[in-house]
Amino acid sequence: MYEYSSFDHEFIAERVTQFRAQVARRLDGSLTEDEFKPLRLMNGLYLQLHAYMLRVAIPYGTLNSRQMRQLAMIAERWDKGYGHFTTRQNIQFNWPKLEDVPSILQALADVEMHAIQTSGNTVRNVTADHFAGAAADELADPRPIAELIRQWSTDHPEFQFLPRKFKIAVTGSPNDRAVTRAHDIGLRMIVQDGLRGFEVIVGGGLGRTPMIGKTLSPFVPLDDLLPYLEAVVSTYNLLGRRDNKYKARIKMTTHEHGIEEIKQRVEAQFAKIKPRFAGADLQLLKDIEQHFAPPKFKPLIAQVEADSAPAQTPVFRAWLDTNITAHKAPGYAIVSVSLKKPGATPGDASAAQMRALAKIARNFGHDELRISHEQNVILPHVHRADLPQVFQALRQADLAAANIGLVSDIIACPGMDYCALATARSIPVAQQIATRFQALKLEHDIGPLKLKISGCINACGHHHVGHIGILGLEKAGVESYQITLGGDATTEAEIGTRAGPGFGADEILPAIERLLLGYLKLRLDRHESFLEAYRRLGLVPFKALLYPQTRKAA
Amino acid sequence: MSLTASSKVVTANDLRSGEVLYLRFPHSWTPELAKASVIKDSDLAKASLAFAQGQPNAVVGAYLSDVIDEIDGPKASHFRETFRSTGPSNYRHGKQEV
Repeated sequence: MYEYSSFDHEFIAERVTQFRAQVARRLDGSLTEDEFKPLRLMNGLYLQLHAYMLRVAIPYGTLNSRQMRQLAMIAERWDKGYGHFTTRQNIQFNWPKLEDVPSILQALADVEMHAIQTSGNTVRNVTADHFAGAAADELADPRPIAELIRQWSTDHPEFQFLPRKFKIAVTGSPNDRAVTRAHDIGLRMIVQDGLRGFEVIVGGGLGRTPMIGKTLSPFVPLDDLLPYLEAVVSTYNLLGRRDNKYKARIKMTTHEHGIEEIKQRVEAQFAKIKPRFAGADLQLLKDIEQHFAPPKFKPLIAQVEADSAPAQTPVFRAWLDTNITAHKAPGYAIVSVSLKKPGATPGDASAAQMRALAKIARNFGHDELRISHEQNVILPHVHRADLPQVFQALRQADLAAANIGLVSDIIACPGMDYCALATARSIPVAQQIATRFQALKLEHDIGPLKLKISGCINACGHHHVGHIGILGLEKAGVESYQITLGGDATTEAEIGTRAGPGFGADEILPAIERLLLGYLKLRLDRHESFLEAYRRLGLVPFKALLYPQTRKAA
Repeated sequence: MSLTASSKVVTANDLRSGEVLYLRFPHSWTPELAKASVIKDSDLAKASLAFAQGQPNAVVGAYLSDVIDEIDGPKASHFRETFRSTGPSNYRHGKQEV
């Protein structure tokens, strides 16, 4: 993985020093809150409902064991012993004290991490396919490009005050696991006539006005990518609205001006700035690529392959069925570690669990870990012969939930348990649903399902692209939950359709239960997933399951 | 003297820890809503908020919050304020810690 250059180290160290002085000036009264707030936000420090929250970037979701151990140390020393992994491949600490934050940033800098541009109207943490560098279906590892974009966008002088925040996601696989169509820019790697490049998608996004991104260019050769991206962001910087924050994202700019006008402007800007890059970006990319050389994979050992071993227990087999994905190297597997044990808070890991994951990655995973936008942890390179030991180690750390891609593998934002913007809670809803379906023992029967919960219209929980989405709102002074159906975060991305009126906090679990038990009767057979059945039948029969009283009244 | 539309307390977050605090007359802050001073007079509400906003080195983001005035102290009238006064529901952290 990428190792900081001396420039990177100096830059981060300087920012820590600056922030230490800024915090001291705030505490001694030299800075007012109005003066200090933009400075703390530039360093990822928010003030939430009950405490400060520090959002730390995990670029393209990649961590090594040393970094994971350091996150555990920070959680124990300066927080309450856990961290929360988010849908943007960040980690959030929910309880830091203001005076401790400079020391936390120093501890992060010590392991080549930071919290810069995890807030504000800047290019945010660049996200990527969490199976990058490992997936069997991948054309090439997208992380060198993601790292190039990180370096280009970090402290980019032109892009520190964009009209609004700007999110970029990259995938190197035809099967989109990075939700590229719901980002300000989504990049999908394509090989055309032997030449590597990217489809550039713009104007996707969830939130108040969800939109699926549009293709700005079907193919930008790798050599042109960075100047092309600069042309896009530069065009947006000038054209994007600053008079109304709800109309400021590039999705609205694209909607208001039309994709053709944006394309013309971007191409004119690209022609102007391309010569200035003079190949420096490509030289840098070449250097970065060295850091992402694949690990030295061990050979396939047929006799000890885990999935042919005779002494498998049913729990191990169940885990293999749900938590393992095909790897590009023979004899290897990608392990998804669920942070969704039913009843637990989605995306949370204790310091002890982080250390356990670090140890497993070091011993069995070529020292690599990933954080997925689905709030799980990935061990991207595990030899199949090591799977039984990995499973045992995960069980000891209470990390062996066999539920990846099932109903209890729920994305949930922190909601009103933590977030100052939230309009309702998300976490208890996720806990109730996961616990209930575990008790019913129906998860495997229901099969693949993406259930996503947001505690406000900003949609950090990606509810619009959940097969079932739940949006928590306030209605007449109480929490109310709207259900959307038929959303899809993959290559065929789609925004879900609102099913009808919201449900009270005590009605949402029974509603989801009616919906899923009803689906079991509606589907053609057990091979037809919830989303497939919804696409075949449309909203009406599912709506009838959610609102049985309305049906009776009619 | 004119009465406020509903009973109110002044609330803010502690500058150093971010913890939710409530104004207690005459000049102190308490982490417990039940011990907050209840305000029913609109001039006093304005003066109390101004006092809180004049303490930028102690608290952040002061505002007036509606409460229901009960015998054992004020209770939040909106669920968001209830959560602020109790802490998160997934762990016994913040105000729920022993």
